[in-house]
Amino acid sequence: MAELTYRQAIAAALAQEMARDERVVLLGEDVASGGVFKTTTGLRERFGPDRVWNTPISEQAIAGAAMGAAMAGLRPVAEIMFSDFYATCWDQVANEIPKVRYMTGGQLSMPLVLRGANGSGGLGFGSQHGQSVENWAMCVPGIKIASPATPAEAFGLLAAAIRDNDPVIVFEHKALYSRKEQCPDDEHVIPLGRAAVVRPGRDCTLVALSITVGICLAAADELATHGIEAEVIDLRTLVPLDAAAVLASVARTSRLVVVEENPGQLGWGASIAAIAAQEAFYDLTAPVIRISGGNVPLPVAASLEAEVDVSVPRVVAGVRALLGQLRQSTG
Amino acid sequence: MSHEAASASDGAGPPGVPSDPDVPSDPDVPSDPDVPDLYARMSYLRAFEERADSLYRQGMIHGPVHLGLGHEAIAIGAASVLRHDDYSIGTYRGHAHALARGAPPEAVLAELLGRAGGICAGKGGSMHITSTEHGYYGSYAIVGAHLPIACGLAWAARIRHTSQVTACFFGDGATNIGAFHEAVNLAAVWRLPVVFVCENNWYMEYTPIADVIPVALPAADRAAAYGLDRIIVDGNDVQAVRRVVGSAVAAARGGQGPSLIEAHTYRLKGHSAADGGAYRPADEVARWRERDPLLRTRKGLLQAGLPAAALDEIDRQARDDLIAMTERVLAQPAPDPATAWTDVWDDGGWQWRN
Repeated sequence: MAELTYRQAIAAALAQEMARDERVVLLGEDVASGGVFKTTTGLRERFGPDRVWNTPISEQAIAGAAMGAAMAGLRPVAEIMFSDFYATCWDQVANEIPKVRYMTGGQLSMPLVLRGANGSGGLGFGSQHGQSVENWAMCVPGIKIASPATPAEAFGLLAAAIRDNDPVIVFEHKALYSRKEQCPDDEHVIPLGRAAVVRPGRDCTLVALSITVGICLAAADELATHGIEAEVIDLRTLVPLDAAAVLASVARTSRLVVVEENPGQLGWGASIAAIAAQEAFYDLTAPVIRISGGNVPLPVAASLEAEVDVSVPRVVAGVRALLGQLRQSTG
Repeated sequence: MSHEAASASDGAGPPGVPSDPDVPSDPDVPSDPDVPDLYARMSYLRAFEERADSLYRQGMIHGPVHLGLGHEAIAIGAASVLRHDDYSIGTYRGHAHALARGAPPEAVLAELLGRAGGICAGKGGSMHITSTEHGYYGSYAIVGAHLPIACGLAWAARIRHTSQVTACFFGDGATNIGAFHEAVNLAAVWRLPVVFVCENNWYMEYTPIADVIPVALPAADRAAAYGLDRIIVDGNDVQAVRRVVGSAVAAARGGQGPSLIEAHTYRLKGHSAADGGAYRPADEVARWRERDPLLRTRKGLLQAGLPAAALDEIDRQARDDLIAMTERVLAQPAPDPATAWTDVWDDGGWQWRN
C-alpha cells in the first residue's frame, strides 16, 4: 500500500496504463510539463514525447484529435483542463464522439478518455471554472461518466476508463486533488457501473457522487449523534448507472436523499429520483429529497459560494426534516 | 515544399457574386494515361448522384441529401493518389468521397433508401456515409467538425510511423468556423500528415462566400496564418487535382507536414436536393456548366482520339447499372426495428443502467 494524493493517483493510473498498453497517449494543454493540477507529472519524462503531447488552447482540436486517434486504433486520454471548457468543444463531445459508432452502424470504435478538473468544492473558482457539469454529459446517449470520490477511486476508475472501448469522461474533483489515501500497490481497476455502499445504515439512503460522498459521510456521522443511521452510496459512475444498488438500499431504508453538486435543474439526481419513484414507489415511506448546488451561476465570494454549494449542514438539515416530517405524518 | 498550382485571380468579385477565377472551359487534353479510367469513375459518381437526386424527388429518401454533382473531379482526382491504407474524411456532401475510395455503391444507395443493406445499417443516412474498410472514415454533418478529427487520424499515423496520409474534404463555408482554425493550426504545429482540401463552390449554403469572408479566397488566403503555402487548384480539372493533391500527399508522407489546398468548383445543383439554387444568377450557372468537369474531360479525350461512342457507352453503363441497382435495393427489406437498439456501446447494446 502506498499513500497517494488524488492527483498522484491520477498520474499513477496514467503511468500504469501507459506502461501496460503503448496505444495509450496523452494530449492536452500543459500536460507535458505536468499539467496545471499536476496530474500528469513525470509522464513525458518517463514515456517520451511520442506519448505525451502538449496542445494549443484549442479544446475542439484536443477533443477532435483524440476522437480521430481513437478511430485509428489508439487509446488517447485528453485533458480538458477545467470541465467548464467542455462547452467550447461540446460539438465534439455531444455530436461526434458519442454518435460515431452508432451512426456508422458499428464501423468505428471510440476508446478514448476525456478527463479534467470539475466542480466547486468551495475553492472560489466561480461561474466559469467551478461548475459541476456531469449532468451536461448525462443527457447524451453514448458517453460513459465516472466521478471518483477518493484517490483509490481516481486510480481505479481512470484505469477502467482507459481500458474501456467506449468514450468515458472522467470528472476529477478539483477540491479533492490534495486528499491522501492508501492505494493498492497492485494493478488497480474499479469496474465502471458498480456503486459502493460506503457506510451502511437503516434509516435513510444518501446517494452521492464525487465530492458529495465525503459530504454525506460527514453528515452521516453527525446524523448518528441524533440517532439517525444513514446509508451512504457512492455511485462512482453515472453511466453506466448502478440503479440496482440504489434500489436495493432504498428497499432497506425506505427513504432516499440524493446529494449532487451540480445545479438541481435537471441534475443527475432527477434521474435517480425518477427511477426510485417509478421502480421503488412501494418501498418508499417518504418523499424523495434532492439536495443540490444552487440554481444560480456559481458566485466567488466565500460567503456567497457557501450559500449555494452543497454542505454538511444542508444534508443534515435535509435528512432531519425528512425524518421529522415522517414522524409528524405518522403521528 | 513546392506545389504545382494554378494561379488564382487576386480580385474577389463584387459582393454577392462569386469570384470568377481562371477556371478554363477548354478541354483538358489528357497527358495522363489514366484519364479514361478517371473519366469512367467520374461518370459513375455523376450517374449515382443524378439517381439519388431523382429518388429524392420521388420521395424515396428519408431525410436530407446533399449532392456532389459538379464536384466529381476533386473526389476522383484526390482518391486516385491515395494509398489503400490512407484515411479520408468528409462532410454531409460525402457520397462521392466514399464511392471514390471504393465503398460499394449498392450499400451506399441502400443507406440512402433506408434499406437493410445500408452501409451504415440505416443509422447514418446520406449525411454520414462511412466505409472504414475502404479508408473513408466518415461523413460529418456539423460544418468543420471533422477537421480536428482528421488531425487525430493523422496524429495516430505520425505516432505509429505508418506513413499513412489523411485527406480531409470540406466546403468554403467551413473556413469561417472555429474548428477549421483550431485544426489547421494544430496540424501545422504538430506537422501532421494531413491534406486539407477546401472544395470552394463559392456558396456557403445559400449565401455567396464573398459576402462572409474579408479576403478573396476562403482557404488559400488563410493559409499564411498557419505558415502554409497558398495552394489553389482548378477543382474541375481532374488531372490538375491529381497533380496538386498528389504533390501534397507526397509531402505529407515524406514528413513535411500538412497542406491546405483550395480547389475551385461549382455545385451543379443547390445546397441540398431540396434547394433549387434560385439565388444563383443564371449566367453564372451557365458559365460554370461549360466548365463541368465531365464535359471538359470528355472533350479532352475526344480530342485525344477516343471515339465518342466509347464515352457514351461508359455513361450509359453507369446509368444502367444504377437503374438495376435501385431495383435491387428497393427490393431489400427495411432494417429490423430491433437494430435501432444496437451499436451504442462496444458491447453492442444501448443500456445505460442496470
